[in-house]
Amino acid sequence: MIPVLELQMVEGGYAETQILHGVSIKVNAGEIVVIIGPNGAGKSTAMKSVFGLLNLTKGKVFLDGSDITNLSTEKVVRHGVCYVPQTENIFPSLTVQENLEMGAYVRDDDFQPRLNEMFDLFPPLAEKRKQAAGTLSGGQRQMVAMAKAIMVEPKILMLDEPTAGLSPKFRHEIFDIIKTVHKTGTPILMVEQNAKQALAVADRGYILVDGKNKTEGTGQNLLNDPDVAEMFLGGGVKK
Amino acid sequence: MIEFANFYLIPGILLGSIYALGAIGITLTFGILRFANFAHGESMTLGAYISFTLVQMTGLHPLMVMPISMVLTIVVLLFIDRYFYRPFRKSHAIMLVMASFGMMLMIRSVIQFFWGVQVKTILPGIQMPIVFFDTLRLSPKHIMIIISAIVLMLAVHFLLSRTKIGKAMRAMADSPELARLTGIDTEHVIRTTWVVGGALGVASGVFLAIDTHVETMMGFNLLLPMFASAILGGIGRPYGAMAGGLIIGLTEELSSYPWIGTEPLLNPGYKAGIAFIIMVGMLIWRPTGLFKGKV
Amino acid sequence: MEQFYGYFLYLISLATMGGIYAILTLGLNIQWGFTGLFNVGIAGFFAIGAYVSAILTTAPSIRHLGGYQMPYAVSFIAAMLVSACIAWAVGKVCLRLRTDYLAIATIGIAEIFRLILKNETWATNGPRGVSMIPKPFETLPEPWNQLCFLALVILTVFVIYLALEVAHKSPWGRVMTAIRENEIAAKAAGKNVERFRMQGFIFGCMLMALAGAYTAHYLKFIDPNATEPLTTTFLVWVMLIVGGSANNRGAVLGAFAMWTVWSASEILASRLPDELAIRTAYIRIFLIGFVLQIFLQKYPKGFLSETRPHPRAARTPGYSEPE
Repeated sequence: MIPVLELQMVEGGYAETQILHGVSIKVNAGEIVVIIGPNGAGKSTAMKSVFGLLNLTKGKVFLDGSDITNLSTEKVVRHGVCYVPQTENIFPSLTVQENLEMGAYVRDDDFQPRLNEMFDLFPPLAEKRKQAAGTLSGGQRQMVAMAKAIMVEPKILMLDEPTAGLSPKFRHEIFDIIKTVHKTGTPILMVEQNAKQALAVADRGYILVDGKNKTEGTGQNLLNDPDVAEMFLGGGVKK
Repeated sequence: MIEFANFYLIPGILLGSIYALGAIGITLTFGILRFANFAHGESMTLGAYISFTLVQMTGLHPLMVMPISMVLTIVVLLFIDRYFYRPFRKSHAIMLVMASFGMMLMIRSVIQFFWGVQVKTILPGIQMPIVFFDTLRLSPKHIMIIISAIVLMLAVHFLLSRTKIGKAMRAMADSPELARLTGIDTEHVIRTTWVVGGALGVASGVFLAIDTHVETMMGFNLLLPMFASAILGGIGRPYGAMAGGLIIGLTEELSSYPWIGTEPLLNPGYKAGIAFIIMVGMLIWRPTGLFKGKV
Repeated sequence: MEQFYGYFLYLISLATMGGIYAILTLGLNIQWGFTGLFNVGIAGFFAIGAYVSAILTTAPSIRHLGGYQMPYAVSFIAAMLVSACIAWAVGKVCLRLRTDYLAIATIGIAEIFRLILKNETWATNGPRGVSMIPKPFETLPEPWNQLCFLALVILTVFVIYLALEVAHKSPWGRVMTAIRENEIAAKAAGKNVERFRMQGFIFGCMLMALAGAYTAHYLKFIDPNATEPLTTTFLVWVMLIVGGSANNRGAVLGAFAMWTVWSASEILASRLPDELAIRTAYIRIFLIGFVLQIFLQKYPKGFLSETRPHPRAARTPGYSEPE
């Protein structure tokens, strides 16, 4: 089976600083895949490498088997990869509906049905469709961010630390939203600091250290791995 | 009372509309391209001079030739953007401020070279004001300017709230980074920004020329009030810029009304300083402006 | 012989004005080169210095405030102090905001100052300006008076240059560089970024005022348009960018080189027929602007680049914070 997204031994970074020293990640159809690792391991950078946001010096990125290495951001989005950054992931002065319309910017067909689907999927958004997105609560903003990202019915959705800085109660809410999105059939690749919860919802996980793959396995296996437990799941609470 | 309306209120609204149209361009460039465009005043001057020449050639009314001068000015702006601003898209915004500062003097020197520095009149002849309710006097050209300004602002409103590209402009003003990640064609948005900002700038320049005259410093003299309007309204907020422009135009004119006693409240020589005072006050009190823009 | 003497005097005046521009450029270098502050109100601070020093030293006059007849040393220091106070106020408002705002505010303050100079005729004689300003060494016979003034200017440039070199290499200078290159890291290291920026801004403005004071005494006359405000500001910027920002020698070199080009082209243009000569003035501004654009795009480091790697050229904003 051809994976939806595949990074093959990717190396690269920003300007003169190399951050990725060989990262390989695969996401298959229907999966939730989590990347975890210590701060500075290159987790978010690995995701951004898909979007032509950094210089890749080595390695390849494939989407559904076709090479998308170093394509421009706009082209990658047109090919069906959507990305929700950790912060600044909505347009605060646009209304909820306008945010979703922007999500469909690259679509040339009629996206009205998809818009209605989103409102069915996230009823709170339907209620507030005419409201500026910046005035919503944290959880609802994440809903907007994800609904906006999947307006194009992407081949894969990528999330950068969706629960960073949120209280445990909100984290649950976010993971629920992620599961909701996943049920629509969209594979998800995400970077998470809250390794335990993330691995619990994930099919598979990758552990990156110093810009390289360290370990990989199914969510359950990683959760039960004593090394992993010591490194990431132990008492140490990450931001 | 009626003297107040004739000599202070109406000129204030007039000036305010001119500032507002110019400030929309400033705030859009500031919000979308992320830099304070010092050359914006000069595109107004250029538009006014091109209109002047077209009026000389054709004998038509300035408003009739305005669309042509808009097109010509926009072509110049797009050329400048392509060769002088685009190389800095990924650099620090301050490089663009510097490039635009240089561009301001370059455009002006070209205007001075071709048209000279003598003050010119674009709409010759004195028009008799139309008198409303016996006392309220409005000259036809002022009515024309105010109506055209309202029409243009409504057009901007339509563009920004109803069209895909307009919404994308607002989105990019909110967050250029996210706009790119969303797949918005940012270069297309930037070009549209020059088109919209340039067209409104030319309109504001031509209106000012109709109201007063054409001169090489006209755009630069508007620059500070326009920056002040954009900051007052909130950077990246076109509606804020409209409100800010009107407020500043009105305040400038009303400041020399003899509110207390018989002397003007403020020496009219300092009128041009009002915008600056409002701007500084805003920067201290609330840098995001009335409409919560970017800092 | 007569002719050579004329050339000689011209060279002295060229060097004197070049030196005054070097002071301005060094002042701007503290702000832009070392601190990363964008000041486009150079002409404003220049004018502040010129007027303060002029008013403090002139003989009594019914046309403007004056008659204090202070020594030059006092008037120069006063010029710098007044400029420092105004710079402090501007900095207080703008330094915490994005650099663009400082640019807008400084161009604004320069405009306000021009309004004050034009309107407060009791103090400044309005648009007609202040004349009969005393000039150091003017009692000496020609050309010694000119030469001594030139020596004063050159000595000042040299002292400022040395002081800046020492400062640049001192811990203070290193903090300045650190702030410009990575504000967040400097903050994290416990440096009071705003205070350092304020210092850089104030020092720069003080030098600009000193240059203004020198010019007022050198020309013996100052009015609100004595120097076309924007052209002055613009020229100083071009001098710094061409010479090499964050490099004091580059700043001085840029000032003398660009001033020579500017002044020589003016003389060449003045030989043309009148109508053409006026138009040539605009072409000169256009060309200088074009030179700036070319340097910004192709040679952002100028003739003499900073000795350390320059951050502004390579960094890609927005993506500068991986992970």
